[in-house]
Order: sequence, then structure tokens, then C-alpha cells
Amino acid sequence: MSILDRELPGVVMTPDNIRTRRLPPAVNVGVALAALVVSAAVVLGTGVGNWVLVVVVAVVLYLVGMNVTASRIEGRRAARNRMWQALIYSACVLAVLPLASVVWTLLSEGVGRLDGDFFGTSMNNIGARDPNGGAYHAIVGTLEQVGIATLMAVPLGVLGAIYLVEYGRGRFALTVRFFVDVMTGIPSIVAGLFVLAFWVLIVSPWFNDGQPRFSGFAASLALTVLMLPTIVRSTEEMLRLVPGPLREGAYALGVPQWKTILRIVLPTALPGIVTGIMLSVARAAGETAPVLLVAGGAAAINFDPFAGNQSSLALFVYQQAGDASKYAPARAWTAALTLVTIVLVLTIAAKLLARRNSLSR
Amino acid sequence: MGDYPSRSANANAGGSGVTARHARPAGTGVSPSSYEEPPFGGGGGALPRKSRFSMESGFRGLSVAAGAMVLVIIVAIAVFLISKAAPALSDDTVNFLTATEWFPNETPPRFGVAALAFGTLLTSVIALLVAVPIALAIALFLSHYAPKRLATPLSFVIDLLAAVPSVVFGLWGRDLLQEPVRDFSVWLNKYFSWIPLFGGDGPFGQSILLGGVVLAIMVLPIVTSLSREVFQQTPGMNEEAALALGATKWEMIRTAVLPYGKPGVIAAVMLGLGRALGETIALAMTLGITFNISFNLIETGGNSIAANIANSFGEANETGRGALIASGLLLFAITLVVNMAARAIIYRRREFRDSTA
Repeated sequence: MSILDRELPGVVMTPDNIRTRRLPPAVNVGVALAALVVSAAVVLGTGVGNWVLVVVVAVVLYLVGMNVTASRIEGRRAARNRMWQALIYSACVLAVLPLASVVWTLLSEGVGRLDGDFFGTSMNNIGARDPNGGAYHAIVGTLEQVGIATLMAVPLGVLGAIYLVEYGRGRFALTVRFFVDVMTGIPSIVAGLFVLAFWVLIVSPWFNDGQPRFSGFAASLALTVLMLPTIVRSTEEMLRLVPGPLREGAYALGVPQWKTILRIVLPTALPGIVTGIMLSVARAAGETAPVLLVAGGAAAINFDPFAGNQSSLALFVYQQAGDASKYAPARAWTAALTLVTIVLVLTIAAKLLARRNSLSR
Repeated sequence: MGDYPSRSANANAGGSGVTARHARPAGTGVSPSSYEEPPFGGGGGALPRKSRFSMESGFRGLSVAAGAMVLVIIVAIAVFLISKAAPALSDDTVNFLTATEWFPNETPPRFGVAALAFGTLLTSVIALLVAVPIALAIALFLSHYAPKRLATPLSFVIDLLAAVPSVVFGLWGRDLLQEPVRDFSVWLNKYFSWIPLFGGDGPFGQSILLGGVVLAIMVLPIVTSLSREVFQQTPGMNEEAALALGATKWEMIRTAVLPYGKPGVIAAVMLGLGRALGETIALAMTLGITFNISFNLIETGGNSIAANIANSFGEANETGRGALIASGLLLFAITLVVNMAARAIIYRRREFRDSTA
């Protein structure tokens, strides 16, 4: 007699008793409401804290209450499952709050000085009592520094990635790859100090009668150090996605390897490479510390990146934030809005380009 | 340049689009005549002679040099930082590693990095304590709980959060987060002052707590996106096996997803730690600058190596610069070790995965 035939007398299988019992959604809502009410009564009644504490206590009470009720109806394991799910969901809500706050503050505070004056004038001869003044010099500085850094970092980074994918064999290539990864974690301030020690204090006196000289170019060097590893990594990943038969076809036609790389491999991987470059440019545009250390910051417009102090948008934000003038915070927020707009436009464009990329995994 | 100019000229004329060339049927592609032309400068044989200085070896040399450049830069960073730090360190009248005071611009200079290193570690640890549980929860949400329609835009937003410059977070933390954190600090101090972490009698506000929370928001996206990738790589078979044995969703995550992702999560946390240790501007704007070692989280104070460099660089003389570079050298060494450890974990894991695949 098999186990299936051995029915207990008096027990009939119905849809209600063959399924595991589920907690009705109404109970869920009820527990949540009860937790909120109890928490508000306790916290506000004793005057221990304000509404933030009410919410925190309510979440804790809800988790405990759900655990108890669900254990009674669904069992201990299902109750634990529910508790972790609730925790994970609330962590997501918690994380979205600061992001929303940053975006909202940027927009509401940033529009204050969003005028032609801001984009057309510098901070030259702007005193603490002057409400006007702008970031033209900083925008010029950012464009020049990031532009020069891109010109230096892109050929170097793409060639480095070509080495890793096409030529690199053995221990040396593995070492290079490992240190490219390690280099992505170098703090920007260390890159700034390196260029300060190397370029500003040692090399630049050769051109300037023995005096160390801050310059936008020094900032570009520091940004290059920061951009190089990200460009190498992203380009390397894209080159590895180029199908091998494409290369073999070129070799079979007698095309030398360097020409295969330049004319077959690179054009095929180009959209992905451009995406990586744009992401690294966006990151470099937001760097403050290296520019502060080696370009010095300036209040006047300086078009020459090779001589004299320069500012940048990120540095402008930092300096205006530290300024005691009551008009400085508005300038800082508007500059921050401009900077974030530039960075986000670059990032979003890069991601959209990546989505259209036919090579993507 | 021992290549054939005629051939490269022809290739130029053929347009540079690879796809265009590949789209043509074989045989009608590049005109055969270009291959029948004798090699420029003679040479006789059907096969081109391998010349000593060809484009090939030149290009290869260039790319090897670019690859080696990375190693050169890392070595150069160490060499130049040491060369500028050494004179200042030899002038230092107190122990650089154990002293807490920072007066490098005086004669004789007295400066030590102990308080700065302590502040760097404390803020980073707080940032990780706040960020890692939330980041792992979001990563699990994105990889296993959220419907795809929600997960895709949400992970996009998390990636955007990683792109926001640190100076913006610093400004936000100082102008907006400071008030709530001060209120919270006063509340903590009122009810929990018996815990040394929350003791003291003010002023509150620009504290380690504020810096740590701002740092946490900046570390969050890195840890989230890396752990999400790891969680998504969990073999579907393992998950299905767990579910088939009757595991609830959470039990499936605990028994299949988390053990599989553990090395990756450790690496992600260490990369986040590397970023937190090196973060400069946000901390320079949110910490109240003091030079002492204190576990008090809520009183105005705190400092870090990187924030101190940004704050004291303006009025530093030559010894002062050397002292700042020396502290930067220490920071470089710490982050290098943390990053190398994290990468070593990732590499070992990758070899493991590739060999089993």
C-alpha cells in the first residue's frame, strides 16, 4: 500500500489545505499601520525625537510585527524570507533619498545665477560685496585642461590596450594588466602631488628662470595619469570583443599585423572605445584636487595653458564654497550645476552610444 | 619603412570602412591588380623580404612602449614623491609616523601623520559600515528582486551617481546635510553621551559623522555596481537547485548567491575602501579640521591625509610642501596595497571561473 493511498480518515483534499497558507495582504498593511501608530504614539508622546525617529521605530516595529504574524501563519522560514525582502526594499528607498536630494538642491539652488553674466565674465576684480561675477575663466580652464589631457591620454591608452590585446604575451603583459587595474585606484590627490613634484617643482623651473610655475598643462598631466588606466581598460575590453576571424581574414589577404589593427580591429571596436573615452573625460572634468595643487586657481581669464595659474569648474566650486562672501554660495551652486550637466551629458551620451554598439556582449 | 607604398595608397583609396569592404562579395573586393604589382624597390621574390625597420616593428615598439608607460608612471610616482619628501622628512624634529601635531612651516618644522592617518581610517571605516550593507541590499534588489523594467533604469541611475564629481557631494554635504546631521548629533549626545563615541559637549556639525556619511554616499555606487555584476553571474543551475530543494527566495540567496559572490564582494568593498581613503575634496569641505586622535564621532573635528593636503597646500612653504608630499606618499602606499589586494582577489577568482567554465 503506497503512501498516496493511505489517506487519513476524515481528511479531504481541498484547494485550501493542499496549498501552503499565505499571509493576506491586508494583514501586511495592517501591521504597517499599527507599527506607525504605535511608533508615533511612543516617540511623540515621550518627546524623545521627531518624525525621523518615528519612521525608524516604525520600520523596526513593522519588521518585528511581520516576523511574529508571518511565523504564526506561514512558518518561521517564510517569515524570515519576508523580513529580508522588506529590509532589501527599504535599503533601496534609503539610497534613493540622498540622490533625489542632491538633484533637487542642484536644480533649486543652481538656477539662481544661471544668467549670461555667469557664463560671460570672470571673477577678476570681483570683491566680497559684488553680487555678479562668473565662471567664464573656469570653463575655459576646464575645456583646455581636459582637452589637452584627452589628446595625451587617448593615443597612449589605446596603444597600451593594443599592446595588451594584440602583442602582449607572457609575464610582462600580465604585470602591465595588473598594474593598469591597480592604477585605476590611485587617488587623484596623489596624481596631483606627483605632477607637483615632477613637473611644477622640477621641470617647469627649466623654462621659467628657475622659478616653479603653476600651469594648466600641469593639471592636464595629472588628469592624464588619472584617465590613462580607465581608457586602457575599456579599450582593452572592446578590442577583445572583435571577432578573431576578422583578423584572420585580413592576415590571409596578406595584410601586415599593424595594418590589420589600424584598419580592421580599431574601426570595428571604435564605438566602444569612444564610449570608454567619454566616460573617462567625464571623470576627469570633475576632478578638483589635482587642479588645485598644480594649476593653482585664478580669478582672471587665462587662455594660455602653458604659463600662469588657471582655474577649472570643479576648483571654482570648491573656492566659491570656501569664500566668505554672501554671494559666493549661489555662484558655487550654479557652477556645480554646470559641471554636473557637462559630466552627465557626457556620461549619458556614452551609455547610449554603448547601447547602440553592435559588439556589446 | 619597408612596406609597399603602392598598396597602402590603394587601401586608402578604397575607403576606410571595414564593414563596407567586408560587405562586398569575395573576388570583387580590392582589385587584384594591386596585388600583382611588383614590390616597390624590387626585391625579386614572391614573398616580401622582412626588413629590419618595418612599420610592423615600429608599431609594435610603440604599443609596447605605451604598455610599459603604465609601469613607468607608477614607478615615477613613487620616485618623485620620495625625492621631494626626503628633505622635509630629514628636517622633521619629531617622529613622522607617531606625532599628531602638524607645524611643517615653522622653524624647526614639527609634523607627524598619526592624527591624519587615524582620521583617514576612521572616516573610511564609518563610510564602509554605512555603505556596504545598503550597497549589498541594492545589488541584491537589482539582480534578484526588481523586475527588469525597474532594474535597468535604476542601475543606470546608480552608475550616474558614480559620475557626479566629489566636489558636488562636498558642497551638498556642507550646505544641506550638515543641519540634519547636527540635529541628529545633538539628539545622540542627549541620550547616548554615556557611549564615548557620542560624548563631548559640542559644538557639533562638521564632524567625522558628517564626513563619513558623505563618503558613504560616494562609495555606495562603486560597491553596488561591482557586487551587482558578481551576483548576476551566479550560475542559474545553483539557484534553481536551491529553489528545487524547497528553499525560500532568501534561503536561495543565502545558500547559492552569497557564497558564490563572496570573493567578488570582498574585492568590491576593498575597491570602495581605496576610493574612500583617497577622497579629498568632499572631506576637505565637510570635516572640521583638527589635529588630534579622538574616537568622538559627533563633535566638530576630524581630518584626513588627503583633506589636509587640499586645505594646507595654499599656505605651505617648501618644507610644508615636502611634508604634504610625504603624507601623500603614505597615502599612495596604503591605497596601492589595498588596491593590489583587491585586484589579486579578483584575478584569482577570474582564473578559477575561467578554468571551470
